[in-house]
Amino acid sequence: MLKYIGLRLIHSLFVLFGLSILIFFIARIMPGDPARVALGPLATEEQVQKLREEMHLDKPFPVQYYFWLRSVLHGDLGKSLYTKRPIIKDLNEYLPATLELVFTSFLISLVFGQVSGVLSGYFKNTWFDGLSRLVAYIGVATPSFAVAIFLLLIFSHILGFIPAVGRISIIMKPPPRVTGFLILDGMIAGQFKVALNGLKHIILPAFSLAVAHIAQEGRVTRSSIVDNMQKDYVAAHIVHGIPTKSVIFKYLLKPSLIPTVSIMGLDFAFIIANAFLVELVFMWPGFARYAVTVMLNKDLNAIVAVVLIIGAVFAVVNLIVDIVVSFLDPRIRLQRRGG
Amino acid sequence: MPKNEIAASAFTAKRINISKGWYKFSRNPLSVLGLTVLIIIVLAAVLAPYITPYPEHAGPYTNFRESSLPPSLKHFFGTDTVGRDVFSRVIFGYRFSLLLAAVVITLSVPPGILLGLVAGYTRRKWLEVGIMRITDIFLAVPPLVLALAVTAMLSPKLLNQMMAISLMWWPWYCRLVYSVTSSLRHEYFVHDAELTGVGRGFILTRAILPNCVGPILTKITLDMGFVIILGASLSFIGLGVQPPKPGLGTMVADGAKRLPAEWWMAVFPALAIMLVILSFNLIGDGLRDMFAVEEI
Repeated sequence: MLKYIGLRLIHSLFVLFGLSILIFFIARIMPGDPARVALGPLATEEQVQKLREEMHLDKPFPVQYYFWLRSVLHGDLGKSLYTKRPIIKDLNEYLPATLELVFTSFLISLVFGQVSGVLSGYFKNTWFDGLSRLVAYIGVATPSFAVAIFLLLIFSHILGFIPAVGRISIIMKPPPRVTGFLILDGMIAGQFKVALNGLKHIILPAFSLAVAHIAQEGRVTRSSIVDNMQKDYVAAHIVHGIPTKSVIFKYLLKPSLIPTVSIMGLDFAFIIANAFLVELVFMWPGFARYAVTVMLNKDLNAIVAVVLIIGAVFAVVNLIVDIVVSFLDPRIRLQRRGG
Repeated sequence: MPKNEIAASAFTAKRINISKGWYKFSRNPLSVLGLTVLIIIVLAAVLAPYITPYPEHAGPYTNFRESSLPPSLKHFFGTDTVGRDVFSRVIFGYRFSLLLAAVVITLSVPPGILLGLVAGYTRRKWLEVGIMRITDIFLAVPPLVLALAVTAMLSPKLLNQMMAISLMWWPWYCRLVYSVTSSLRHEYFVHDAELTGVGRGFILTRAILPNCVGPILTKITLDMGFVIILGASLSFIGLGVQPPKPGLGTMVADGAKRLPAEWWMAVFPALAIMLVILSFNLIGDGLRDMFAVEEI
């Protein structure tokens, strides 16, 4: 098992290294002078020249990459040309908000996806199954920003009981920062009102991100439940008189979870990507909105950093998913131990 | 002549598949519905200048006397803030979405298939590993993020958006074709073809490629919808079709600023995006069933 994790880790590092070359290369072959773009048309030639030297733009590509990689390995992602601050500082400020949103939404899609999957697998070909299939079709076909707008329109504007934008009401003072996750911090500080307020704010954006994945995970779970229900071991349990409920939850659910968990890494990636859109709609002060801002301002340093950070988060999540799957499925675990 | 035999068998097999396949496809009412809706959308988009009520509204047209009107018989989807007919603009918007999907698929599928065939068939381990690790790198970040970064670094317009998404898209096909090819690599019919002494190109295109057609076609239809979502997302952020041209994503973004009072400006373009993606997905499901049955 350890050997397997080690190999996966090396693979992830290799992929991240390749990704850094790819994105760095793309950033450098773009038309236009990054230093000039950063400083704007009003800067003098000397200023531009100075920044060019600072960024090593006057040297050949491999040398530029070497300098850049060296500072990244020292924990320095460079300076944002747009916010004029070290990128690591910007990340520290914005990343927790996005991770809070993404994790919440991941949790929602997990719980709702499983429940609807199990129910529609159990009540196969009934009205519930039909309804969940219809919702799945629509959910997968709806871009997350459209979901966000529909939810915003229905729950905030028409029904009016959920605040529309932001992370917390303006009149509230955010709790002292411990984890950077507002709801958790609120609970740690004992300010449950703040935590509740944060929870109210996160529900709509988190659901906007989750809808497509609830639909998809639900369908995957359903089909694997239906598959497994026809297996002999389930029939044997039923014949032995074990109550249906415990057959489902004790014996059926675990093997049926494997395909769902396997697609979760990909789901997570899409939730992060879609956060780029949903944060815009809900004015969520997070990393994705920061990313969009630096992208629209052609801040090359920050763009490269943003892509790498997302690659790194994605790599970690995939690693976790692989480990979880191997725990759920003894066959995979044993196979790896044997090989 | 073994060459001709292989060619002939591949050819006849394909011919039978089409009529049989259509029969199977047409058994699924939802897929047929999807196909019908898609044909209507494509026709409407192609004929947009002739069939939309206000074709001139697709450009920089203004008429402030009719601005921000709610949906009515005169303007099915209402009008936007400068008085342009949202319905006409949605139909024109489909042109950009469909064009984007078609261009991305055309640009990214052939290189993906080629690299997948090579990686799956070659006996040189370094070539196989090399190609597949490169696809890993491209798949290490969600396509939206990489496409966003690339489009942003170029400049925001439809052409760059097409290039950026195409650059992100070939690895998926490479992987798909690779997995089919490497599983067929040691089948008897491939060995037989090798023994007859036909060229490698012939084996790849006539013996292996026909087996990839089903999964590739299914993936293409599902991807059309996916690319349209991606394009609309980029436009929504402001990195796609530039105003005054009517991009569906751009229209949703502009309309979102007018919520909730003038809801029609965002809601109808959003529904239009959903409709086209839904129809592609329904067709994709039909194709998947069709080819799945075929394999057994």
